[in-house]
Amino acid sequence: MPFEWIAAVRFLREGRMQSLLIIVGVGVGVAVIVFMSALLSGLQANLIKRTLSSQAHITLLPPEEIARPQQATDATALRLQKQAQRLRAIDQWQTLRDRLETWPEIAAVSPVASGPAFAVRGEANKAITVVGIEPERYNRVISLAERLTAGQLRVGAGEAVIGIELAKDLGAEVGDKLRLSAADGRSDTLTITGLFDLGNKGVNARNVYVGLRTAQSLLDLVGGVSSIDLALHDLDLAEQLARRIAGETGLTADSWIKTNAQFVTALTSQRVSSNVIRFFIALSVAFGIASVLVVSVIQRGKEIGILRAMGATQAQMRRIFLLQGGIVGFFGSLLGSALAWSFLMLWQLLARNPDGTPMFVIGVEPGLVALAAGGASLVGILSALLPARRAAQLDPVVAIRG
Amino acid sequence: MADTNDRVLHLAGIRKSYGSGEVESKVLHGIDLTLQRGEFAALIGPSGSGKSTLLNLIGLLDRPTSGQLHIDGEDSGQLDDTGLTRLRGQRIGFVFQHHHLIPAFTAEENVAMPLLVARGRPDSEMFERAGHLLDQVGLADRKQHLANRLSGGQQQRVAIARALVTNPSLVLADEPTGNLDTHSADDVFALLREFNRRQHTTFLIVTHDPRLAARCDRIIELVDGRIVADQAVASA
Repeated sequence: MPFEWIAAVRFLREGRMQSLLIIVGVGVGVAVIVFMSALLSGLQANLIKRTLSSQAHITLLPPEEIARPQQATDATALRLQKQAQRLRAIDQWQTLRDRLETWPEIAAVSPVASGPAFAVRGEANKAITVVGIEPERYNRVISLAERLTAGQLRVGAGEAVIGIELAKDLGAEVGDKLRLSAADGRSDTLTITGLFDLGNKGVNARNVYVGLRTAQSLLDLVGGVSSIDLALHDLDLAEQLARRIAGETGLTADSWIKTNAQFVTALTSQRVSSNVIRFFIALSVAFGIASVLVVSVIQRGKEIGILRAMGATQAQMRRIFLLQGGIVGFFGSLLGSALAWSFLMLWQLLARNPDGTPMFVIGVEPGLVALAAGGASLVGILSALLPARRAAQLDPVVAIRG
Repeated sequence: MADTNDRVLHLAGIRKSYGSGEVESKVLHGIDLTLQRGEFAALIGPSGSGKSTLLNLIGLLDRPTSGQLHIDGEDSGQLDDTGLTRLRGQRIGFVFQHHHLIPAFTAEENVAMPLLVARGRPDSEMFERAGHLLDQVGLADRKQHLANRLSGGQQQRVAIARALVTNPSLVLADEPTGNLDTHSADDVFALLREFNRRQHTTFLIVTHDPRLAARCDRIIELVDGRIVADQAVASA
C-alpha cells in the first residue's frame, strides 16, 4: 500500500469517533438519496405500467383528411369548413405490418379494426367500441390474456371478449349472447367467451374485442384495419419513433407520451424536484466531510509539519487528505446503501394494497449502489480539495512549533 | 581538515528578517558558519537570540532573506519547494525537543517514516533498518508499541533512531534533552555522541544547558542574531 494510503487510513482510524460520526453522516445522506431514487423509479414504473395497461405505446392511424378548396379566385370569398373524419382503412396495412415487425425498436405490431357500435342485450343498450384484433399479436401489445377475470381470450367467428363493467351493465356472463349493431344497420350476434379487467373503468365499459374479420364486416372495412398498435422495447423512445414512422409512412402516429402529455409532464416534474432534493443532500454531505477534514487539518498540524520535515512533499500531504475524503465517502455510501436497503424492505412490508399484496415492487439495484459508492467517493474527494490544499500549504516551521 | 568536500554545511552571509518596512524585524545579521563532516557542535545562546530561526534555515524548513546555504555542496537557493523537500529528506535528520513522533504509528513505523515518505511504499528493508536502529537505542522490545504508549525518554530515543535512519549527513537536534530528567538526558546525549563517533554523522545541537554544551567538541554562541563566539572545547 502506498505511503499516502497508509497515512490516510491511520489518521482516520486514530480519530475514530470523528471518522465514525462523519461516515454515519454520509451514510444517512446516501441512504436518503438511494431510498428516494428507488422509491421514485418504482413508483413511476408502476404508474406507467398501470397507464399503459390498456394503451399501445404507439398507435398508427390513417392521415387526417383535409378539406381542399376546389378553386378559389380573388373574387370568391372562401370559407373552409373542416372535414369530419370518416372511418377509413390504412393502405396496404399487411405490408406495413411486416415491415414494422423488422424494426429492432419495435417489440410487437398489432393491426386493429375498431369503430363505434351498440351492444344490445334484452332491454339494455350500450354504446361501445368494437375492437377487431388478431389475438396473439394484440396480446403482445396489451396483455389482455393476463387480465381476464373469466373465460378465455377467444375471438373466433361469433365470439367476443368484453369488459367487466359492460358485463355488469348488460347483466351478461361468459356464455351469454350479445348483439352488436353498427350505425348503418349492420349487426351480428356473438357469444361472450371472456371477461377482462384492464384496470380502467372506461375501457372496461367500452371495449368489445372481436376477431378482426368480425369487426371488418361489422364496420364495413372489409379487408382493412383502422389502426395499427405498436409495443416498443424502450418506452422513452416512443415520441421519437412515432415521428420517424409518421415521416416514413405518411400516417398519423400517436405516441403514449403525446396522448398522456399531462401525465408525462407530472412524472418529469416529479423527477426534477427529486433531483433538486438529491443535489442539496449531496451538497450538505460534501460540506459535512469538508468541515470535518478542515478541523482534522488543524488538529494534525504538528504531524503534518513533522511529515514535511521528514521529507514528505506538498503533493503527498494533499493526497493524504484527498484520500481521507474519498474513503469517508466510500464507506459512508456502503453504510447508506445498507440503510436504504433496510428502509425499502420495511416499506415493502408496510406499504400494502388492501388485498395484502405489495403496493408496488421496488428493489435496490446493484447499479444504483455502485453509482452511489462512486458518487459519494467523488463527493468526498471534491470536498477534501480545500482541506487538502490547506494541509499542503501549511508552513512546517509554524506547524511544528504548534 | 579544511577540504571543501568535507563541508557538510556552509553558510555565508545569512540574513533573516520577518515582515517588511516599518514592522520589519531582523533576526539574523549575516551568519557565516561551516561544519565539517563528523563534527559534534553545540549552538548556544539566550532565548530570542535566533537559534531556532537559524536551525529552521539549516533544516531547509525556511528560506533565508539573503545569503547562501550549502548542504553537502548543494546550493539550497537554486531549489524549489520539492527540491528542498528532497534534499531535506535525504541529508538532514531532525531531533525535536518534544520528540514529535506520530502517535498513529508504531515505534518501528515512526523510525522508518523518512524512508517510507521518500520511497512511497513500505518494504522489508526499511523496517529491518528501523528495527536495527531501535536495537541500538535500546528499544528492541518496544518496536510494535504505538508511539504515544512510550515514556518521554523512550520517545526521544525513537526520535533519534528516526533522525538517523536515512544515514543523513547532518543531524539537527533542538533541545533534545530539554524535556527529560537528568538521567534520561544523559542517556540520550550519550546516544547522540555514540552515533557521532561510530558513523561520523555531523551533529548540531541547540541547547540551553551549559553542562551539555561542554561535552560537545565545539561551541557556537549566538547573541542577537550574530555569532559572538565559536571555539573548540578542550577535550577532557
